[in-house]
Formats: sequence, C-alpha cells, structure tokens
Amino acid sequence: METDKAVRVRGLVKRYPDKVAVAGVDLDINRGEVFALLGPNGAGKTTTVEILEGYRHADEGQIDVLGSDPARGDRQWRARIGIVAQSSRDEAELTVAELVHHFAGYYPSPRDPEEVIAAVGLEEKRKTRTRKLSGGQRRRLDVALGVIGNPELLFLDEPTTGFDPEARRQFWTLIRNLRTEGTTILLTTHYLDEAEELADRVGVIADGKMIEVATPDTLGGRGARTARVSWLAADGLQEIRTDTPTAEVTRLLAQYGGEVPELQVRRPSLEDVYLELIGKASVAGAELEGAVR
Amino acid sequence: MSTLHVLPSTFKVGLSRTKLEVKEFFREREQLIFTFFFPIVFLAIFSAVFGGTTFGGGVTAATYFTPGMIASGIFLSSFQSLSISIAIERDQDVLKRLRGTPMSPQSYFAGKIGLVLTTSIMQFALLLLVAGLLLDVTIPTEPEKWLRFVWIFILGTASGSVLGIAFSVVPKSGKAASAVVTPVVLLLQFMSGVYFVYSDLPGWMQSIASVFPLKWLAQGMRSVFLPDDFRFTEPGGTWQLGTGAIVLSLWLVVGLVIAQRVFRWTRRDAG
Ligand SMILES: Nc1ncnc2c1ncn2[C@@H]1O[C@H](COP(=O)(O)OP(=O)(O)O)[C@@H](O)[C@H]1O
Ligand SMILES: [Mg+2]
Repeated sequence: METDKAVRVRGLVKRYPDKVAVAGVDLDINRGEVFALLGPNGAGKTTTVEILEGYRHADEGQIDVLGSDPARGDRQWRARIGIVAQSSRDEAELTVAELVHHFAGYYPSPRDPEEVIAAVGLEEKRKTRTRKLSGGQRRRLDVALGVIGNPELLFLDEPTTGFDPEARRQFWTLIRNLRTEGTTILLTTHYLDEAEELADRVGVIADGKMIEVATPDTLGGRGARTARVSWLAADGLQEIRTDTPTAEVTRLLAQYGGEVPELQVRRPSLEDVYLELIGKASVAGAELEGAVR
Repeated sequence: MSTLHVLPSTFKVGLSRTKLEVKEFFREREQLIFTFFFPIVFLAIFSAVFGGTTFGGGVTAATYFTPGMIASGIFLSSFQSLSISIAIERDQDVLKRLRGTPMSPQSYFAGKIGLVLTTSIMQFALLLLVAGLLLDVTIPTEPEKWLRFVWIFILGTASGSVLGIAFSVVPKSGKAASAVVTPVVLLLQFMSGVYFVYSDLPGWMQSIASVFPLKWLAQGMRSVFLPDDFRFTEPGGTWQLGTGAIVLSLWLVVGLVIAQRVFRWTRRDAG
C-alpha cells in the first residue's frame, strides 16, 4: 500500500552470531524528506540501510519501503530506488562515461547521463577508466550511478567519507538539488555537520537502538541547547542553565560590582548534544551488559 | 504513478551488457594473455618444438596439436574466463551494485554468454588462421565435419560457461581468483591430452581425465581436425562421439543446477 511515507519500519531486529546489530528500530521517512541516520561506527547504520535496500534480511520487524517489503522487491520496485553503498571497490577497465551511460539503460526513465556526470563533477574524468580514479572520484561515480535512474528514494551510506572539504561542499549542493526536485533521501553519516547541513530530520542511532529522532535544532530535547552561564564563586565553579543569559550576566555584574571571575556564556553545540546522547547510550548499554553478567 | 514507465527489455539490456563485457575483456591484460592468446601461443611453440616429429599419415605436430588447442581455447574462454571474472566482480561489489538496479539477472547472464561466444569464436578464428596460414595445417572442408564441430563447440562452451559460473564461488577473494582457477585448468589440460598425445598418458590419468569435460572436448575436436584413420590411435579405436556428447551434456545439466544453487550477488561476509 502506498502512503505518504516513503519508509516505515517497526521493531526491526537483526542478529549476527556474536552481535545484535539492530535491536528494535522504528523509523518513518516522509516523502520528499532528507533523513540522516547519525551514529558512530558499528551503530547499525549500514545493517539498517541494507535491509531497507533488500540486500539483507531482517530477523524481526515490519518493513515497508515505497509500498513493498524490500525482501520481495521486484524490478519495478528497484527502478524507483537508488543505492550508494558504503564501500565500493569496483576497479573496472571501463570509463566513467561508459558506465554511467550503460547504467542509464537499466531504467525506465533515467536522467541524462551527461548531466549526471556534470552534477557529480566528473566531466574532466569522463574518459578515465574507473581503475584510475582517486577514492573521492570513485565515490562521486558511485553517486552518479545511484542517481542515474532518477530514483524516488535515494539511499546514501556514508557518501562523503574520504572527501576533502571542497568535494564535500559540492556534494552537499548536489543533495540539496535532488531534494528540491522531490527526491526522498536516507543518508547515513557519522559527521554531525553533514546531518545538520542536509537533513530535515536526524535519527541518532547507537548500539543498534534509535535514541532520538528530531530536527537538527531540537535534537536532545528542550533545554539541551539552552545557554549555560558559569563562573568561579567563592565555593567553587557554578553553572546555571538559562534562556536569558544576558539578564543572568547583568545580575552577576551587579553582584560582583565588576569583573566576574572565570565568566563563561556557552551554548552547547549540536556536537555537544550528540556526544551526550551517544555517551548516554553507551553508558546505558554497558550497565545493561553488566546487569546480564 | 510510475506504471507508465516500462522497464527496458531483458534482451536489449543483455545485448548492451554483452558489448560492455567484450569491451572490458579486451582491455584486461591478464585475460587477454592467459585466456585469449594462450592457446595460440602454445600452438606456435609446440609446432616449433616438435617440428621434427611426425605422427603418421603426413600429420605434422602443428596439425596434431591444433584440435587440442581449439578445445583448450573453448575451455579457457568459457570456464576460466567466467570463473575468474565473476569471482572478481563479486569481490569488488560489482555484482552487488547490479543487484540493486532493475537489471534482470537474465540480462547479466546473457551478457556473460555473449562474452563467451564472442571471445571463443574470435579465438577460434584466429587459431584457424594461424594454423592454416602460418603452420600449414590442413583445415577440413567436409560439411559433416563442420556440423560436428558446431555441436561440439556449442556443448563445450555451454558446459564450460555454467561450470565457470558455479566455480566462481570457490576463490575466497578476487585476488585469489586466478591463483585458484588457473592451476585447475592447467591440470585438466595436461591430463586431457591437450599438450600430449592422450593415448600415451598413463591409464589412471586417462581415467581421471575422462570424468571431466575437457577430455571429451579435445577428443571431439581431434575427430574434426585429424584424418579419420587417427581414430585407431584413440583408446578403444573410435572417436567416442556418442559418449562425449553424453558426458558434456551431463556436465551442462549438473553445472546448470549447481550454478543456480550456489550463485550469489554478494560476498560471503555480506550478512
Ligand atoms: N555480516 C556481518 N556479520 C557479523 N557482524 C556484522 C555483520 N555486519 C555488521 N556486523 C556487526 O553489526 C554491528 C553494526 O554494523 P554496521 O551496521 O556496519 O554499523 P555502522 O554502519 O553503523 O558502522 C557491528 O558491530 C558489526 O560488527
Ligand atoms: Mg556503515
């Protein structure tokens, strides 16, 4: 059944012999949305994404991707998704242009191959064999092959790992353009700035569990990013959280009648919030493991 | 919404995959040397080394070894070429990427069959040219011999291909592929009478070889390219074409069943 959700997952579990990689994840992705799955290495991002792509099979859970169970996705279904896997080691003797044009032939309504090559910034490498591409260039070819079919839903598993800052900016522009054209995008990353830059919503995953789903500016819940005012009082370091730091500083100024010792006004960055979130998760995980033993 | 968009036909994509496969094959140095030119080079070397030896009935060394090299070429272009290239494609996640597109698996295998047919026919033509023009090998002209050649060629490439697809799961990595496949092929070539006169081989070696397809392929090719009297030099005094057809067909069926069961689009550790 087709809904306004591109992806709907309930209670996803994937176990490996020595590890529960995904431990009951729920996930909703709206059509037209850019959703970032953010988490440290080993959190279960790739496992989750590859189950949604139909490569791996879940042990438990209900999964709906564009109205189908990915484990039973047919060719029509695959024509509507685009995949950029985390690793590709393709060292073909074929050129960039040959591959992109060839892959366009798999799809019912592909994008223009030359436009795609230009969009990923590989125009100058059109006639270069993939074996001779640098890591970053090969990654861009991956992206080109992922979007050539003009997918409704695009999966990107750590697309910018190994990019230099310039390439990353270019890539971000490409993703924004795809979003403007209405492509739904599920992106995994362990770069916080990338999630913040691109995502409409972020899902923080650690140890196979979805810790929080929120817009980038509300991550960590209310108060997570309220300002902290700290100073050195007679009985040690003081810190208060406040929505009105200026008023607080004015009050301290009046109290001390001049310089306030070690005064700091700080607003936690998204990174602080994120580290706190996954930190809590690993502490909770460790406690759980301890309790089991 | 997207029901209006019709998927490209399996046939059309299969054709486009064939072109891509052939293009890539001729750009890979290793495949070119060890699969395509190998039998041709060996035929030239053997003709030079055994130039003084006659095999009776005016048959020169070049003539005697031509059918073996043709058989060997068919086996290399099907079994060796596919098992190595597919093992590498699997290891480098090429197959995984293809599996994530709407390309039908039939198109992929059609491309592989197209590759085998194209390269083995070209290789055969080149072998024939070298043998006929440079090495003075007499090429048969009787239509019935060429008819025989056609069915042996088809059975040979078909069984070699399905066995190659199946065997591609054996190497643990793409890097190991050549190192695993080449010795197997080399051993079979030695035992099947490609490099030696088959009837001169020890009996136990002949018995082992006659389980595998290459021996029958080589014997079939000898029946095409050697004078009819030479059948008396074969064990049992005949070309054993009936048995050869049965053994090759059996391998074709067995290979098909195994290939279907073991073929996978992802690496073993893919989860
Ligand atoms: N095929 C596999 N076999 C065994 N364990 C696996 C396999 N794939 C992933 N894992 C384990 O599952 C956990 C999650 O892995 P993964 O999904 O790759 O994380 P991420 O993509 O977030 O880095 C890791 O502990 C990893 O070692
Ligand atoms: Mg990963």
